[in-house]
Amino acid sequence: MASNSKIDDQDDLKIQEMIAQKKNGRNLSRFTERIIPVLLFLIASVSILTTIGIIYTLLTETIEFFKRVPIADFFTGTILKPLSQNPEFGVLPLINGTIISSVIAMLVAGPIGIMTAVYLSEYASDRIRRTLKPLLEILAGIPTIVYGFFAFTFVTPIIREIFPTVEATNILSPGLVMGVMIIPMIASLSEDAMTSVPNSMREGALALGATKLEVAFRVVIPAALSGIIASFVLGVSRAIGETMIVTIASGSSKNFTFDITQSMQTMTAYIVEVSGGEAPAGSTIYYSLYAVAFTLFIFTLLMNLLARYVSRKFREEY
Amino acid sequence: MSTLTKPKFDEELTISNDPRNNKDTPKTTVYDTKDLNLWYGDTHALKDINLSIYEKEVTAIIGPSGCGKSTYLKTLNRMVELVPSVRTSGMITYKGKSILDKSFKVEDLRTKVGMVFQKPNPFPKSIYDNIAYGPKIHGIRNKKTLDEIVEKSLRGASIWDEVKDRLKENAYGLSGGQQQRICIARCLAIEPDVILMDEPTSALDPKSTLRVEELIHELKKEYSIIIVTHNMQQAARISDRTAFFLNGEVIEFDETDKIFTTPTDSRTEDYISGRFG
Repeated sequence: MASNSKIDDQDDLKIQEMIAQKKNGRNLSRFTERIIPVLLFLIASVSILTTIGIIYTLLTETIEFFKRVPIADFFTGTILKPLSQNPEFGVLPLINGTIISSVIAMLVAGPIGIMTAVYLSEYASDRIRRTLKPLLEILAGIPTIVYGFFAFTFVTPIIREIFPTVEATNILSPGLVMGVMIIPMIASLSEDAMTSVPNSMREGALALGATKLEVAFRVVIPAALSGIIASFVLGVSRAIGETMIVTIASGSSKNFTFDITQSMQTMTAYIVEVSGGEAPAGSTIYYSLYAVAFTLFIFTLLMNLLARYVSRKFREEY
Repeated sequence: MSTLTKPKFDEELTISNDPRNNKDTPKTTVYDTKDLNLWYGDTHALKDINLSIYEKEVTAIIGPSGCGKSTYLKTLNRMVELVPSVRTSGMITYKGKSILDKSFKVEDLRTKVGMVFQKPNPFPKSIYDNIAYGPKIHGIRNKKTLDEIVEKSLRGASIWDEVKDRLKENAYGLSGGQQQRICIARCLAIEPDVILMDEPTSALDPKSTLRVEELIHELKKEYSIIIVTHNMQQAARISDRTAFFLNGEVIEFDETDKIFTTPTDSRTEDYISGRFG
């Protein structure tokens, strides 16, 4: 017994010695310990500083634009003719185009996305889920220019086959294709939200004689609502910011209309058009880019704030 | 030995023949289980179960962990089917109808047979909506009727006084014991005939446990209750009959008094005297 404890003591002593030895060589590591947080902070600031820089540039150039075009004319004008002899800079046609394409996209992506999520989380077997989810993610990985091309050369001709009055460039086709593009995002995020609803809740409802469908729509979806709504809002932000599809398939007519068979321009497509064309630095057109970009920024910012608010407000605690 | 037990046996006989002690002779059964076998994949979880559950009684199912008692309980409302690899053979009849047939509509069964789970699992909704959920999915829409059902069920689960002023609040704001009684109330709201309870007090403190036990005693007047419990004292306190499960078999099934005083199987005696389990 006594000898045993002696051996233990010796072991302890050795360990303590080793630690002491190690401590002496620790000065360098202590220095790194202190410097690393600072480094990490600097790295983390990169994205924040970039954002601040972008907002600063946007703001200064936008202010310059509003010195030339009254702010009220910009936000209430329904005519946009930047290249005309008497240019007019009403942003409403662009806002209208953006909203209409986003609404079409969400009408496609919302229901299909959420139904996909319900199927994956409530009905699909593990095997099907494991096959289908990566496939969805492939859909999310397709470059948007491919979608744009697809809308212009494949979807529009089909629409025109059925409804011959539809123009060759129209907002309907890119809106639909944008919807397809957003489906995986909504499906995947909603599925995550639904899968994280505890099984005990499903069991509770099933034990009351609920069918699987009733469980899905009256227990799981309400419990996952905050996540689902957040996925919707993110989908809308994605639709608002989407550029290539509308640029290719919706043309560049700056129509202020609600007729989805016509060509319309979105804010993003306008920025592409103008920055791709000849907009001499310092011209009003040049500054209009920044004003539109700023409006777009405000839009997406509002959507993201809404997403945060909504996901907090609709959270069902469990 | 025999001289000691014999008078007791006679006594039992006279008691059971006395109409005052047996209000509704002969006791009708709600569930009859015949030669039930159940497998999870290759695991033989229930072996040749033969058991009858009597109306308006509390039947306790006891046994060590993994003996199949929860599995058996979940077979009674076919919740066991949520496990994908499950297979059964044999027969369970509920009021004469064979419930394990695929043609038997499982939603109908679960409308008649409520269930309370080990861990309180209210929905993340208001207290009111928790109780009204069952009636609503079965088509009751009238606001006034729902109000009445909610009050009646909450009273039935003896929690009305505690929550009547906060019906619109989220059920997750309540204590564990209260949540469990909300779950019992939710179950009562569709007026089932049978209530299955899967270790309903194992997640509760002693005081809440006592309240639930008192509640079970009350509920027995109107419902047939089957309760799985780890707690032998609980089984002894609240049940009329007790089934002792071991390794997927029913070792002994009898009136609770008999099981706890004069068990016929030595394994039962070993278990209830705390020698294993």
